Amino acid sequence: MTDVATHRRTGAPRVGESAPRPDGVAKVQGRFAFSSDLFAENLLWGQTIRSPHAHARIIDIDIREALSLPGVHAVLTADDVPGELHYGLEHQDQPVLAADVVRYFGEPVALVAADHPETARRAAAAVVVSYEPLTPLVDSALAAQADPIHPDGNVLRTLTIRHGDLDATAAVVVEGTYEVGMQDQAFMGPESGMALPSADGGVELFVSTQWLHADRRQVAGCLGLPEDMVRITLAGVGGAFGAREDLSLHVHLCLLSQHTGRPVKMVYRRPESFVGHVHRHPARMWYRHHADTDGTLVKVEARLLLDGGAYASSSLAVIANATCFAAGPYRVPHADIEGTVVRTNNPPCGAMRGFGAVQSCFAHEAQMDKLAAALALDPVELRRRNALATGDTLVTGQVITGAAPVAEVIDACASHPLPDLAAVDEQPMMHRPGGAGRTADAHHVRRATGFALGFKNLLFSEGFDDYSSAVCRLENGAVTITCACAEVGQGFVTLAQQIAREELGIDEIVLAPAETATVGSAGSTSASRQSWMSGGAVQAACRAVRGRVLQQVARRRGVALDGLVLRDGIIESLDGSVRVDLADAVDGPIEETAEYHHRPTQPLDENGQGDAHVSFAFAAHRAVVDVDPELGLVRVHDMTTAQDVGRVLNPLQAIGQIEGGTAQGVGLAVMEELIVEDGIIKNRSFTDYLIPTTLDMPTVRIAALIEEPEPDAPFGAKGIGEPPTISSTPAIVAALRAATGLELTRVPVRPQDIALPRS
Amino acid sequence: MQVNIEVNGTSQSHDVEPRTLLVHYLREECDLTGTNIGCDSSSCGACTVHLNGEAVKSCTVFAVQADGQQVTTIEGLAPSDEQLHPMQQAFHECHALQCGYCTPGMVMAAVSLLDEVPDPTEREVRVGLEGNLCRCTGYHNIVKAVLEAAGGAR
Repeated sequence: MTDVATHRRTGAPRVGESAPRPDGVAKVQGRFAFSSDLFAENLLWGQTIRSPHAHARIIDIDIREALSLPGVHAVLTADDVPGELHYGLEHQDQPVLAADVVRYFGEPVALVAADHPETARRAAAAVVVSYEPLTPLVDSALAAQADPIHPDGNVLRTLTIRHGDLDATAAVVVEGTYEVGMQDQAFMGPESGMALPSADGGVELFVSTQWLHADRRQVAGCLGLPEDMVRITLAGVGGAFGAREDLSLHVHLCLLSQHTGRPVKMVYRRPESFVGHVHRHPARMWYRHHADTDGTLVKVEARLLLDGGAYASSSLAVIANATCFAAGPYRVPHADIEGTVVRTNNPPCGAMRGFGAVQSCFAHEAQMDKLAAALALDPVELRRRNALATGDTLVTGQVITGAAPVAEVIDACASHPLPDLAAVDEQPMMHRPGGAGRTADAHHVRRATGFALGFKNLLFSEGFDDYSSAVCRLENGAVTITCACAEVGQGFVTLAQQIAREELGIDEIVLAPAETATVGSAGSTSASRQSWMSGGAVQAACRAVRGRVLQQVARRRGVALDGLVLRDGIIESLDGSVRVDLADAVDGPIEETAEYHHRPTQPLDENGQGDAHVSFAFAAHRAVVDVDPELGLVRVHDMTTAQDVGRVLNPLQAIGQIEGGTAQGVGLAVMEELIVEDGIIKNRSFTDYLIPTTLDMPTVRIAALIEEPEPDAPFGAKGIGEPPTISSTPAIVAALRAATGLELTRVPVRPQDIALPRS
Repeated sequence: MQVNIEVNGTSQSHDVEPRTLLVHYLREECDLTGTNIGCDSSSCGACTVHLNGEAVKSCTVFAVQADGQQVTTIEGLAPSDEQLHPMQQAFHECHALQCGYCTPGMVMAAVSLLDEVPDPTEREVRVGLEGNLCRCTGYHNIVKAVLEAAGGAR
């Protein structure tokens, strides 16, 4: 590689190096414009009127008083929606504004635009909505039999996997039921955006989102406009984690702007944000594992029930993931698994990091530990004996053709030295369970470790035509990349530059704004897919530009095209007659657009069989915890992890994703739950919905990033954002079980689950 | 009420409602949008600024309480746009941010922490930043950045 290095001019970081974020300087200076920072002359402020009921009939909406207030420019209801009345990511079932019935607490009913945010809030309070409260359907177990709360019915999807011999059994059988509570993505920047009327009668929307073109399709439909009259630009995004995949205020802003002919801005406050986006599905799961006496898994039976809340969102795909990965990353020859997601009057649930795999991983890993105990086998050894590998068949009948270094992941994580922790009575009080509460008595504290393994699919599944688009433009020696990939913090902007530098050998790579008018869809920033999909599109666009440059040089210099090579920005002919800098090789601009598709997948058949997924990523965590069983207090000290990453494109960013993803798994294990009573979210603030702080966060030690290149993926790199959130939670709960001897079948584990367990 | 506040070294005078929070004053009257609002309940620290050199959550201070005093926001931390404060530099180099929404508040809290404890242990950094939430990073790179900045200052 020495000769390549000698061609480098400034050494700007390429693929595989820890390039700094191109938006990093602006972000540390406070100059980066988030969607909440937008401003326009003549600006109005929007406010949403929301349902105080989980289920009610709307009798009347009286807007007269609100409209009469000075400074109020519009009060809109469902009657003012000019286009389609419903929107939805996969299934168009959610009203832009509720018309006759509200189906969840916080459902939007009316909108206000006023010249000041306070005026808008006062006007919102002056809108009189008369409701006839209805009994909310809040128990997911009753939903299938209950009267439908929506014309489309209460069962959103049932997926059945029947694989192998359904009557198979084995010497050792363990059974359990498990529950996962409702987690919130809790991004730091609440929903916000601004819409402006455009000269052609259309609308321009600046918004924080995960998928610009899916937003445009839904917004245009609801506005009754052709898509090319709706132009959406990504505004600075304060985190996403799935919560911005669905529309929130998008259509509302555009309606108000279209109606008033003025720019309209909306910013949710935190309590509104908690009802303004979907959450992670709560789950109830029953499992039965059958294994031979040597620990070989024979059959997994499972029944999964996810609560989708009032509207479909991405529930249909979430239940597919929960069901497809219900058996875990293990060889399971026989499987009888059924997953159902239902509609209730609880808050709508949809995408959150880990997307269905989080829920079933908590259950299958608890089962693996239970099985290990029944077999008197080491839990890690049980996992090793059953670990999937390339060439193995999943319970969906799909053969894994890509990289599956599961045994390597297990071994790297399990063999990593334990952390060097002080004995409990030698630790500062703050390090003990309960921390600042200073309540845990060192003599009561028990320390234990737990291990868990998880996996999920990368990219979209089940036959979805998933693609991304990018434009590469070379002009005067400078390269501009245009891609509608939503940068939400994950660092795609860094990778896009690294990839373009790698392909073209030009250090200066400019990234154009992500928007709908200049480039095709990049797909969603979700499913750990953008490094692969939009990375692939950027790579393909750059290669197309490179091809045209080489053609031009070959033609002009009269040399054979196949005799030219481009390496690190220099075009050379094999015979040495040509040596020209790429930046100087062409006159006019060269622009190429590429659309990157992954290999097609298939829908699942009636038995849940089919090649439904493109690729899989695996991760393991080992947790070390201290517990005070009498007080139910927990301190998670250390999370050691190993992950299958294909190839590391940017080590600093990869580790950042793993640390951040693990933090969200820590939150689900012992802290985070939206408390929903009769459909009402009780803890709509960061005072009551607790996410990990600097002091809650354990050390995260990366035992290994396993780099077995994924054959299909650009640079062999797998997505890395989600796996850390999947196996972290069950590892912590395994450690808590080991410390307490309790079953702990529900996350988050609350103090009372430990101190006052139900017998 | 008329308030005279020295914001980032410049004297500012505005007529504000007495109930105006300092964070809204900074964002709306002074057009300093680097200070973010994350929670509305003084839990997250995204709005941390310096009042007379000490970190405060600007959502818990009324603009009128800052009358006659000095406020520094993230925009006023470095001498110019071309220069980064050592803490800003450390956050950028250590990849101590992803979405960056918590970053201005986190940086301001960290600078204030080093004023009080110039050579902190990792634990002291964690205790000092406990009131500032980040959802992206898991905090480790933030802690590293603060230690790095402290080391650079030594």
